[in-house]
Amino acid sequence: MAGKTLFDKVWDAHVVDTIENGPQILYIDKHLIHEVTSPQAFNELEQREIPVARPDQVVATADHNTPTQNQHLPIKDAMSRNQLEQLTKNCDKHGITLYGLGHKYNGIVHVMAPELGITQPGMTMVCGDSHTSTHGAFGTIAFGIGTSQVGQVFASQSLLLNKPKSLRVNVKGKLAPNVLPKDVILYIISKLGTNAGTGYFCEYAGNVFEEMSMEGRMTVCNMSIEMGARGGMIAPDQTTFDYVEGRKFAPKDDAFAKAVSYWKTLPTDDDAVFDKEYHLNAEDIGPMLTYGTNPGMGIKINEHIPEKGDMTFEKALEYMNFKEGAQLLDTPINYVFIGSCTNSRIEDFRIAANYVKGKQKAPNVNAWLVPGSQQVAKQLEDEGLKEVFEAAGFVLRQPGCSACLAMNDDKIPAGEYCVSTSNRNFEGRQGQGARTILASPLVAAATAIEGKIVDITKEVLI
Amino acid sequence: MEKFTKLTTTAVPLPIENIDTDQIIPARFLKATDKKGFGDNVFRDWRYNKGGDLDPSFPLNQKQYQGAQVLVAGDNFGCGSSREHAAWAIVGYGFKVVISSFFADIFKGNALNNGLLPIQVSPEYLSQLTAGIQENPELPITIDLENQVIEMAEVYTEPSRSTKAEFDLDPYKKVCMINGYDDIDFLLSKKEAIETFEKERMVF
Ligand code: SF4
Repeated sequence: MAGKTLFDKVWDAHVVDTIENGPQILYIDKHLIHEVTSPQAFNELEQREIPVARPDQVVATADHNTPTQNQHLPIKDAMSRNQLEQLTKNCDKHGITLYGLGHKYNGIVHVMAPELGITQPGMTMVCGDSHTSTHGAFGTIAFGIGTSQVGQVFASQSLLLNKPKSLRVNVKGKLAPNVLPKDVILYIISKLGTNAGTGYFCEYAGNVFEEMSMEGRMTVCNMSIEMGARGGMIAPDQTTFDYVEGRKFAPKDDAFAKAVSYWKTLPTDDDAVFDKEYHLNAEDIGPMLTYGTNPGMGIKINEHIPEKGDMTFEKALEYMNFKEGAQLLDTPINYVFIGSCTNSRIEDFRIAANYVKGKQKAPNVNAWLVPGSQQVAKQLEDEGLKEVFEAAGFVLRQPGCSACLAMNDDKIPAGEYCVSTSNRNFEGRQGQGARTILASPLVAAATAIEGKIVDITKEVLI
Repeated sequence: MEKFTKLTTTAVPLPIENIDTDQIIPARFLKATDKKGFGDNVFRDWRYNKGGDLDPSFPLNQKQYQGAQVLVAGDNFGCGSSREHAAWAIVGYGFKVVISSFFADIFKGNALNNGLLPIQVSPEYLSQLTAGIQENPELPITIDLENQVIEMAEVYTEPSRSTKAEFDLDPYKKVCMINGYDDIDFLLSKKEAIETFEKERMVF
């Protein structure tokens, strides 16, 4: 019998029952919730008089629809305020822990949960948010669900699912200088396309991922959904164990040692077979940019936009006001956003600060820095990075999703370009008519300093 | 959930690829805490022009497509955010079926949980269907869930076109759609097995 993949091992350990000719019942260890995709699920439960099965396995935060300025003041927008009040009421009523606005553990759901040690290898985790794939960096089966499914997990701590197929993306070799985990995943999506992963759960393997920090692995797994995969995973190893150890909700002492010995059994067996497999060379990857309106439309920073001539492609270029065959270098940029669950961890800001130190932001640029959590915000202060950024003219905001989806006031004006460290460059994602260029925190920082897109491949910057 | 067995209606063509859920319902409309009203804002930024008026070139705004209950979209429909609001918006507008040559996983699940039938057909059949509707906006389309067949009315179609196509659907989901049950009902019926699992195997 062929060996098992990391995904198989975690999945099989959570199957409660298999329905003939149908899906399986998968037990869910942790359920993360936030204000936007939970209220209708709570309403449904109430209407049907169903209690929350395991409130102690649910953790809530407020992130999508929260302001990033003056968080201590009442929220001005009535609908947003109502949504947050609903979350508080629902959590109180059902006995769910909430790290609400202003709480020292508040933050973007996919930043705060790993940071608190809620995310651990071998778990199944869900959240009503597609970027739940982020947690796969720990060797966790983590994926986004719809609101009906949020209700199902409330009611039963389980979900009805068909087991996805398995896909492995191998990246081996040595990365060039200035190439960050964000570039690796943007490159993968640009090569494989936005639906290469549909129906699959993806494992990332090869020395490039083994050598990455946990923050970097989270950036990679975060964008798995952008190639259509339900989730991404990286085998847990010493880097993972070291990251988890000592965090608030991590197992302690003997329990930790016991957990580690289990986690060590999870990596994919050598003889396991994947339904689909890709091999890419690290040497081919450069700092990346997107030029279009889906995350697969990416090129290396100094490359030319391809000439394709199909309708979808032309529509995207028209929206972005770019030409086929053109380069993006020297395009003036007025907005830079460093934030979102893809790149708002301390490491991202360290890289940006290291580059920015002693420089001044270009006068045309509005540079918004939005940390992923209160803990990251605190680290920025403690490490003196806040001063570095403020001295360079950047605006440091309070934690939240912010301009990643522009539900609050952090919107990019119509027609403006924004070099953004977030994960989606869809039409209007950052505001009606806004034009998003996805990039790494280093490219974003360089753009903010220069006021335009510059070739960062010329010298070693980090 | 409403039951779905067989439906004959007209369709609206929206032959755009990669329609993501941000397009179906932009984030600024996600502040509501109930499921009502999303239909008014479905495809908001395509339906209305910059001045806030209905854009007459957008198919949903055209007279010939009013009242249609089937949306015929392009490839890879519903990618992006997991927001179920996208399914609520489509249902709220009055659609009962979406047809594409490919659906994003999460959208497909969300649709089925709201009584909206996502039908995946071959790219060839999709383009024939789109062309058929564009030529004859009144073309009746029949969706027979029991037999898993979709059919364009023959009278309007050219002989070279295949009018019928079969489609796949998870057998469990099919039973749910036909009977109007949802997964919560099913999972609650399995409560004992879940509790046993928790006792015996839960590690976290
Ligand atoms: S930061 Fe963006 S992608 Fe991440 S959870 Fe928030 S809205 Fe979703």
